Amino acid sequence: MQVIVDMAKCVGAGACVLTAPDVFDQNEDDGKVIVMISSPDEARRAEVVESCNVCPTMALSIQD
Amino acid sequence: MTEIINCPVAHEREVRQFPFDRPGCPMEPSGTYAELRSTEPVSKISLRLNGREAWLLTRFEDIREMLSDPRFSADMTNPGYPLQFEFPMELIGKVKPALLHMDPPEHTKNRMMLMPELTVKKVASLTPRTEEVVDECIDNILELGKDGTPVDLVEHLAMPVPAIGMAEMMDIAHEEKELFTRWVTLLVTQGDGEEHADLNMRVEMLLYKLIAERSVNPGDDLISTLTQRNIKAGKPLDDSEVSALVRAMIAAGHESTVNGIAIGCMVLLNHPEQAQLLRDKPELSGPAVDEILRYSSISDHGTVRVATEDVVIGGQLIKAGEGVVCSLSAGNHDPAVYDNPNTLDLTRKEARHSLAFGYGRHMCAGQTLVRMQLQTVFTKLFTRIPTIKQAVPLEELPFKSFYQALIDGLHALPVTF
Repeated sequence: MQVIVDMAKCVGAGACVLTAPDVFDQNEDDGKVIVMISSPDEARRAEVVESCNVCPTMALSIQD
Repeated sequence: MTEIINCPVAHEREVRQFPFDRPGCPMEPSGTYAELRSTEPVSKISLRLNGREAWLLTRFEDIREMLSDPRFSADMTNPGYPLQFEFPMELIGKVKPALLHMDPPEHTKNRMMLMPELTVKKVASLTPRTEEVVDECIDNILELGKDGTPVDLVEHLAMPVPAIGMAEMMDIAHEEKELFTRWVTLLVTQGDGEEHADLNMRVEMLLYKLIAERSVNPGDDLISTLTQRNIKAGKPLDDSEVSALVRAMIAAGHESTVNGIAIGCMVLLNHPEQAQLLRDKPELSGPAVDEILRYSSISDHGTVRVATEDVVIGGQLIKAGEGVVCSLSAGNHDPAVYDNPNTLDLTRKEARHSLAFGYGRHMCAGQTLVRMQLQTVFTKLFTRIPTIKQAVPLEELPFKSFYQALIDGLHALPVTF
């Protein structure tokens, strides 16, 4: 599982960080997403899927 | 079921007056939403305020689709924009737009300057102090009501928690706190126009002064870090834009948080078994906030856009220049997404991705902060005062007028314990 980010779409809402705090963080300069674990293990699938779902600008996706 | 649903032939579209009447329990979403969602999910409305016509979206997926489509604009100067609050028409286009009314690239430039102030980490650093403030408010409530006198949760909890939080985030000096508190209180209670204009002017002067001072002598407050970030980036925003950004954050964040606390407490007071669940299972304190926000959807119809091109949403052609109003409450009660949507269920997992904070590039910038404040308030209030109950029946509570207010709220919420 690979986490894909479209930085142009990210608006720094932080919804992914709240949902999967080990996988995502936010940049201190603009609040945009930082992917901490780009290939999370299967155990984290549910929270990563939910992070994609809560992202208000569909900036996140998963590639298997 | 009404005659509209039963009408068998293609008919002239009914244009309904909006907002709809909401009879019965003030917590129940308007029945018209449920009806429209299944029969005419994109329907024509006429705004009671000014007679402007617009399309109303009532399905969760249609709302998400529209709010993430760049062909819809948030520009209130567009004549088709479904303006739902009183605004002097002669000023439209002359005053700088608030963040809420900007489109990219302006919106991106402003929002990205503000967002570092509201990240998950930043909010986590504010949590211990928020807990202290909430505890102090509850100590005061316990004292005021110890002889059985009803205590108003709006005055003694819902208003002070965000007001103190905001003043401390901005590091407003003691001597300026009174002006600041009067201003934020006025944002919540309305008040006469002259007082409003006067206070607005004085707060603007105060913000200019703080921006100028903290450009030179920065502290670690929000105004300082925002100003410093702007300087470091080569000043993409001038001082008036920085001031507007701070004011927009306060104006958008304060009243909605006050109302969110008041309505959320009311929801829990009227669902004692759910409040008990919150006491028994501390791990539900986060999910509880998501579900209360979904269930109450206090900011129902303030999320509006105007089409800049012809776009089809939910099978309906929306022409360039036509306005669209989202009912976030209707979307949050869409049975396609939420089973038994009118039931409050703090264990509901899908509440995490509700529309309570909007969706798309304008999704509430302060949602992490608001979530933290609500979580602290609900958990502490119902744990520390387990015998708390509403002092008057639900139908006697003074609700803010939902024809005028864009966000549901209460003028008072008396409780005993």
